[in-house]
Amino acid sequence: MLATSPAFKENARRALADAGLQKALARSGTSFVARRAAAVAALPEFEQLREIGREIKNHTLANLDFYLEAYEARVLAAGGKVHWCATAEEARAAVLRICQDAGARTVTKGKSMISEELGINEHLERNGITPFETDLGEYIIQLRHEAPSHIIAPAFHLNREDWEASFRKSHTDLPADRVFHERRDILTEARSRLRARFLAADVGITGANFLIAETGSSVIVTNEGNGDLTQTLPRVHIALASIEKVAPTLEDATSLLRLLARSATGQDLSVYTTFSTGGRRSGDLDGPEEYHVVLVDNGRSAMLGTEFQEMLRCIRCAACMNHCPVYGAVGGHAYGWVYPGPMGSVLTPALIGVDKAGNLPNASTFCGKCESVCPVKIPLPKMMRHWREREFERHLTPSTMRSNLGLWAWFARRPGAYRLATRAAAALLGFWGRRRGRFTSLPMAGGWTGGRDLPAPEGETFFSRYARAQRERRL
Amino acid sequence: MLGAIRRGLRRGALPADQASLLATRLASHPRHLIPARSRLPRPAQIDLFVANVEKEFGTVARVADLASVPGAVADYLAQQNLPSAFAMAPHPELRSIPWSERPLLVIREGRAEASDTVALQHGFAGVAETGTLMLPSAPERPTTLNLLAETALVLLRASRVVGPYEEAWDLLRADRGEGDMPRNVMLVTGVSRSADIEQTLELGAHGPRRLHVLLVEDDPDAR
Repeated sequence: MLATSPAFKENARRALADAGLQKALARSGTSFVARRAAAVAALPEFEQLREIGREIKNHTLANLDFYLEAYEARVLAAGGKVHWCATAEEARAAVLRICQDAGARTVTKGKSMISEELGINEHLERNGITPFETDLGEYIIQLRHEAPSHIIAPAFHLNREDWEASFRKSHTDLPADRVFHERRDILTEARSRLRARFLAADVGITGANFLIAETGSSVIVTNEGNGDLTQTLPRVHIALASIEKVAPTLEDATSLLRLLARSATGQDLSVYTTFSTGGRRSGDLDGPEEYHVVLVDNGRSAMLGTEFQEMLRCIRCAACMNHCPVYGAVGGHAYGWVYPGPMGSVLTPALIGVDKAGNLPNASTFCGKCESVCPVKIPLPKMMRHWREREFERHLTPSTMRSNLGLWAWFARRPGAYRLATRAAAALLGFWGRRRGRFTSLPMAGGWTGGRDLPAPEGETFFSRYARAQRERRL
Repeated sequence: MLGAIRRGLRRGALPADQASLLATRLASHPRHLIPARSRLPRPAQIDLFVANVEKEFGTVARVADLASVPGAVADYLAQQNLPSAFAMAPHPELRSIPWSERPLLVIREGRAEASDTVALQHGFAGVAETGTLMLPSAPERPTTLNLLAETALVLLRASRVVGPYEEAWDLLRADRGEGDMPRNVMLVTGVSRSADIEQTLELGAHGPRRLHVLLVEDDPDAR
């Protein structure tokens, strides 16, 4: 996927002016937040579970090599195969090779963010194999040739009228004047459409929420049942997973599952939580004959041992973006690559480079809400700050910002000069703005005042007021 | 890739003593904190299971014994205006049910096909914590029966209802031996759904629109 993250500011400007997107954001903005809050309130142990989730992930990351080898041994024992892929290119090639060996013409797909990261669909299409997304949200964005705008609700940015228009445009064999009375009618049309795809596909590709070292299982979590049809009906199942998805035991995965659905959709557990281990066993009447795991690094191992290692705890619940004021204002596409919101602002620079994604960790108010809702307690604001530092060190920060920061630093190191300068500025701005009490525009700050007014200072700095109050108390 | 991981962790392969500690952890799979909500006296635990299935838009019929199942199935299908034909898991317990008492029921044993509208699965365990059914695959428990039909019926013995998930994993380990997972284990909590259209919940996405549990009251402690 080609990143437009370098153009974040332009993307954000466009998103703010997009009436359809703003309608979708306004409607959906609070629903995830309220549902999560209700689910968390109903489980008194939730805070303790967050700490346990953090510990399980830290333990696993510290022993990642051991658990991946143990995992592979169990997959092999169950008759499956593990394809170790260091890069996106290797992973694409592995998926294509498995599909070609299976003589695949069509492939069904369960929702997978790593598939978006790797660009699996485009690669299969270029090689004459047709992928069909089967998650309802992924299905419509595939019809519209768009990217997901949210990691668990890919069509977060769309309104009902967009669904209807896209279905009319794509399902041309159905009567053009059919009426969608309810949302359910849209769902029913997609269900019947995709049923035929499930039955015809030669290969099913899913992601994995967890890999389990104890048993060699891959775990998917869905509400629709599309992921299960994808991995049950075709002759070959491919599970795509990045290396940090491994959890040691069923008990470890169970504790993480208690956090995942509550943090994501506010459910106690998603409808289908499915553990797949190898291919069809002797006597089985259904299930895939071949089971492959494409295990992907693609930049993760390089995060180990750095200040970004903790990001690898992420279980992709989306609570951070659901609670983020920046995501809520501009939506997911503005972030310009696969992972939006706070987790994207930390992960994207690690995976595609801070030179391309440096805007993202800057697009934060540092309100800290993301960290406070993260089920595995990832210190997202702290890591965004680390990216800002790296960006500055590598001289990627725009020159005006660098020189202004330099100017500020000069004054900050000289308290006398700092107080003199702020007193002069406060007096000047206070005098200048005394009539209206605010500025709608200021020289050299047009970017800031373009979106809001600057309240005028009252003519006195904090220091001088404090000093005066101290003097008066003494009198 | 393992080399890159070890470089990141600033060490070589784990020394043998540390690796054996981790292997012990895998083999003993220690439990973490288990929420208190399912720690209840037996009758209340089963009631919690039923309440949670219903909370997730499933339904439950509590039947006295296996002999009452044909009547309960026939009644449910009639109430829902569903055809009286269904695909049934070739499980010995389901086979032992006196189906001939309801001669109008048309039963085909095996996996589910795309044309099936109703399927009957054999439940391995129920988890009271969230009203979750554990459905492991086996020749006598095909996975497609959980997925393809619009109406999924599941027979479950009340004695197989446990509190938290951890107890269900232990039932599975006791059934098959440590570390031997069935090809597929589905944890099913309610009916298929999607909120992808305007974040508004709609039931009946790709999986079953109806989930009906036939709970056989065989637990002496629960009466």
